[in-house]
Amino acid sequence: MSGKNNTDMRTPLAKVRGLGSAREGTGHFWRQRLTAIANIPLTLFFVGFLIALNGAGYAEVRAALANPFVALMLALVLISGLIHMRLGMQVIIEDYITSEGLKLATIALNTFFTVAVGVASIFALLKLAFGG
Amino acid sequence: MGDMHEDAEPGGAMSKSPATREFARRERPLSPHLTIYRPPITMTMSIIHRITGGALYFGTLLVAVWLMAAASSQATFDWVNWAFGTWLGRLILFGYTWALMHHMLGGVRHLVWDTGAGLEKHTASKIAWATLVGSVLLTLLIWIAGYMARGA
Repeated sequence: MSGKNNTDMRTPLAKVRGLGSAREGTGHFWRQRLTAIANIPLTLFFVGFLIALNGAGYAEVRAALANPFVALMLALVLISGLIHMRLGMQVIIEDYITSEGLKLATIALNTFFTVAVGVASIFALLKLAFGG
Repeated sequence: MGDMHEDAEPGGAMSKSPATREFARRERPLSPHLTIYRPPITMTMSIIHRITGGALYFGTLLVAVWLMAAASSQATFDWVNWAFGTWLGRLILFGYTWALMHHMLGGVRHLVWDTGAGLEKHTASKIAWATLVGSVLLTLLIWIAGYMARGA
């Protein structure tokens, strides 16, 4: 980002080829679709799991969550869902927030929120899975 | 002076053919004709897709709280379980379920569109209505199944 475009010998087309101006190419679009596809069976599993567990008490819920298959599936639900929602919220932020400073701050906050929810949830899952 | 020529009337300068005058007298809609404008269903569903996405973003907090409660103590879990079971808690969870189902079906719609299919106007409208009806039906089905599983 030199700003001195008059000394740049590259054509505008050359500049947007490859990874583009955001340096990530179609990465955002592609990851959004990939996690969207993964979220369909994962969401259905999660909803089914909650239906089966409706009204269950503390001991029963802990036992269900300690099951290795359930723990792995819920970790995938969280990881895929969190990546998907972070990408989606980034688009919402970019669409509505015009101030550069506030945009940067909220995009950073978006990542912090996602990581915080993910780390807390997955720590809880691991604690349950390894008998904490 | 009652015999005055029409062209001399205020605002009626220059010559107007009878056809032009007829055209000007007719009441025509003003674009975008806000009084009868109705947003197309595809537009409404697009807005709802974004709103449900935003709601689900914060809804992950409920999942995180539930998992952390289960991993902590009986007292904490019982408290969270009680909060989720209140009428307000159930209302939020019901809304969460609907948001999840609507966003999922809306997402499937987008994946279909990504292939280039289903973009014709009437087809797109039909699919948009289907996501709305489908999301409500799935939400009801999930809650009926949930109550049948335990009756809680």
